[in-house]
Amino acid sequence: MTAPLLSVRNLTTEFHLPDGKIARALENVSFDVMPGQTVGLVGESGCGKTTTLMSVMRLLPASGRITSGRALLKGNDLMQLSERQMRAIRWRDMAIIFQGAMNALNPVMKVGDQIREGIELHNLMDREAAEKRVGELLEMVGIQRARRDQYPHQYSGGMRQRAMIAMALACSPSLLFADEPTTALDVMIQAQVLELLKQIQKELGLAIVMVTHDLGVVAEVCDTVVVMYGGKVAEYGSADFIYNQPQHPYTQRLLASFPGLNEPSDNLASIPGTPPRLTNLPTGCRFHPRCEVKVDACARVDPPILETSPAHYAACHLCKGKEAIFA
Amino acid sequence: MNGNWTLFKRNLSEFWKSFRRNKLGLLGGFLVLTAVLVAAFAPVLTPYSPKDIVRDENGRGLTFTPPSIHGPLGTDDAGHDVWSQLVFGARISLMVGFMAGFIAMFVGSLFGIMAGYFGGGIDNLLMRITDILLVIPDLPLMLILVATLRQMDLNISPLSVLIVVIGLLYWTSTARLIRSQVLTIKERQFVARARAIGAGHGHIIRKHILPQIMPLIVANTVLILSTAILVESGLAFLGLGDPTQPSWGTMLNFAFDRSAVTNGAWWFFLPPGLAIVWVTLGCVLLGNVLEEMLNPRLTAHHLEGDQNMVMIPAPEAK
Amino acid sequence: MNRRDFLLRKLGLSLVTIFVVVIINFVLFRVLPGDPVRSVIGRNVRISAETQQALRAQFGLDKPIFPDQFFNTLGQWARGNLGVSWSLRRPVSEVLMSKLWNTVLLIGLGQMLSIIFGVILGLLAGWKRKTAIDVGALTFSLIAWAIPTFWLGIILLAAGSTWLGLPTGGIVSPANTGKPLYTVLPDLARHLILPTFTLTILYLGEYMLIMRSSILEVLSEDYILTAKAKGMSHWQVLWKHALKNAMLPIVTLIALNLGFTVSGAIYIETVFSYDGLGKLFETALTKQDYPLLQGAFLLLAVSVIIANMAADVLYAALDPRVKEA
Repeated sequence: MTAPLLSVRNLTTEFHLPDGKIARALENVSFDVMPGQTVGLVGESGCGKTTTLMSVMRLLPASGRITSGRALLKGNDLMQLSERQMRAIRWRDMAIIFQGAMNALNPVMKVGDQIREGIELHNLMDREAAEKRVGELLEMVGIQRARRDQYPHQYSGGMRQRAMIAMALACSPSLLFADEPTTALDVMIQAQVLELLKQIQKELGLAIVMVTHDLGVVAEVCDTVVVMYGGKVAEYGSADFIYNQPQHPYTQRLLASFPGLNEPSDNLASIPGTPPRLTNLPTGCRFHPRCEVKVDACARVDPPILETSPAHYAACHLCKGKEAIFA
Repeated sequence: MNGNWTLFKRNLSEFWKSFRRNKLGLLGGFLVLTAVLVAAFAPVLTPYSPKDIVRDENGRGLTFTPPSIHGPLGTDDAGHDVWSQLVFGARISLMVGFMAGFIAMFVGSLFGIMAGYFGGGIDNLLMRITDILLVIPDLPLMLILVATLRQMDLNISPLSVLIVVIGLLYWTSTARLIRSQVLTIKERQFVARARAIGAGHGHIIRKHILPQIMPLIVANTVLILSTAILVESGLAFLGLGDPTQPSWGTMLNFAFDRSAVTNGAWWFFLPPGLAIVWVTLGCVLLGNVLEEMLNPRLTAHHLEGDQNMVMIPAPEAK
Repeated sequence: MNRRDFLLRKLGLSLVTIFVVVIINFVLFRVLPGDPVRSVIGRNVRISAETQQALRAQFGLDKPIFPDQFFNTLGQWARGNLGVSWSLRRPVSEVLMSKLWNTVLLIGLGQMLSIIFGVILGLLAGWKRKTAIDVGALTFSLIAWAIPTFWLGIILLAAGSTWLGLPTGGIVSPANTGKPLYTVLPDLARHLILPTFTLTILYLGEYMLIMRSSILEVLSEDYILTAKAKGMSHWQVLWKHALKNAMLPIVTLIALNLGFTVSGAIYIETVFSYDGLGKLFETALTKQDYPLLQGAFLLLAVSVIIANMAADVLYAALDPRVKEA
């Protein structure tokens, strides 16, 4: 059994809002990322997908507080490191592509310089070698080398996204967080970017954690899927399993509401109701107000995470399985 | 449809509640209020009139005397009581400042609404005018304008000249502010709807746009007032005020010209300046707080809060 | 936006503004009642008949105002002939030139110091928002804004001369009047301390505020988060990414401020009896020396407009977004 590259265990994060309320953004989130594999983090807006990434990288905004849990990267608990130690790890071992990467590049700095900066920051090679690497990276993502001297506003949206990818790979990290990498792009570019990511993953043996709300993307690229709802993990397992035998009512509704290209969609079923407010969560299961198959216990008791089949977990009272302890 | 104005009034009471909690705003309000009260009740606050000559027990005029039982702020070089000049000067400073400020506010709001609402050529023209006015240095321009106006034998009092000149030169920032706000409002649905049902421009401006920009106008007016008072004091200092109706600036003009500084008569040149700072600071505090309440900046930037991010205690040693 | 278009537009605006200034200058002094010669030479002055005749011819004063007088006057101004100052009995242009550099020295020094300190303070205040340094800086700026320029000068003059033995005015001590400035530098320096200090304090607050809000805006941008994600420390983020972006508005502000700085110079030079353009302006005003007043206004306004244009050019050079089409 290979050891996981990243082990997130019982991560709990909250936000202290200006009006004094506390948003419980993540609660006991646990999952593993194996080397070279892609994990999809899916769920509706606000369910905690991005917060999970930002918590692991410790890049939360000023109101964010990680109150418990561990994030073991190659065995080291990131939560116990000093900020200085974290800075050494960021980009070098794990990098991130932000949502809406359009503005994630400095507008008054040349693209090539920004890519090279990542390399030089971690003292990986001298300037000449770093420049060469910048060229290689741009080529890898399909951007002409000569464009390294241009500014971000001279790139198209899709190009900027690809430049971000090139930049994220500058230090050859083993783990890449991709937050909605295809959302802001048009369909053609989406396909390109996904292809690119798959290809890079194969070539470099990169592990990817991809946040998305697009189940089609998940189906295409992900090995494992973590379904999140209201800040908690609703279901977690291999992509095959989740698609074919979803256990959690939310996952089931989610899959049902996603139109397949090959079948005519006469009813586009959406899930009635709205996601819960993280400042005012329902008692018991967070999904129960919108669940069609709920029972009494659902409103009173928060369902434990049950292992419904080997390496497949769901947090629902209706499922059968042994309670899972993530150590 | 009075809906928008009732909404405005309701917002007003909510606004008052949150304003009450802001200490700086209250301080600003206090400063301005006291100044206004002093100006209003000037005759009650001092036994002398500014033109009286203070005399001691033997009837001799007291010139350049420091604070004493004859007067809390002493006397100037001619024997006039400084405190009296100060409280009566408040009337002039505040009046000129307020009136000039209101002219600036009115012109600025008018131009801002027209530019923002009608757009196109009118907007362009007004924006170019503000660009030009902003570049030309303000004081030299005002000085030659005032100098010319006073020489023209039109029967206008020096104070009125000041009011007009200041008002006509300081409307630009208000115009820009109002314009951008109107542009934002114009984008909103209800304006398009009102046009669709045939509402005229005047109606739309009065009923829809004005209630929304009122708070901004008020906040900006307070800040313009502070500028107007400062500018008036400067112009008066240079001798362009009315010596028969001295404002605080005029007092400083007297103090400077009559060697109060070299004679160390601090009671003459210190208080008027402090008074100006008092009122101006009050207006600025008030205005800033009002503006902050309208456009709050709630979110922290990316380099804040790192020290509080991870709150997990270290695991105990086993 | 195309850089060429940007600059052309700004140039156009500058030219229009200069034109407006010229018109104002011309019109204002022609509306004064009485003999038009008075507007060229000032009231209450006895001048010989020949001089009057010469002036009439030069400025076309016996011809109609427009177009003759107007273009005539413009022509004279373009040639540097701004008339004669009756109170100083010298040509206006000569007087202006002799005082120009004194003011440039004072303003330049004051602005430079206030920019340097203002930017540093603003950076710290914005970065460490809501901490003591931020609150302190904000309070300082607030108070500095509320203080009238000339009054601060008076206070500092009184305090400085009484407690620190600094000179009570003038650009050099009476003994050194008339000598070229570079020969009496220590004396000049002593006389510059208080006025420069006053100017610096007044403008420091403003630059601090602009830098602070600029930094706050920049530090909220996405690319700052990217820099953090790369593993940069706060200092590295500030130095490599935030600073350049945050300083762009400062360039514009310096330009905009020039007009106000000139105004401030008028007050400061008056209070400190500093022999520059500002004091000249005030003197011309008090003595109703119209040629001098007109000439000084023209010079001041045109200088500010040109300086603004220069700042626009600088901005276009610095911001790559203004480069290509």
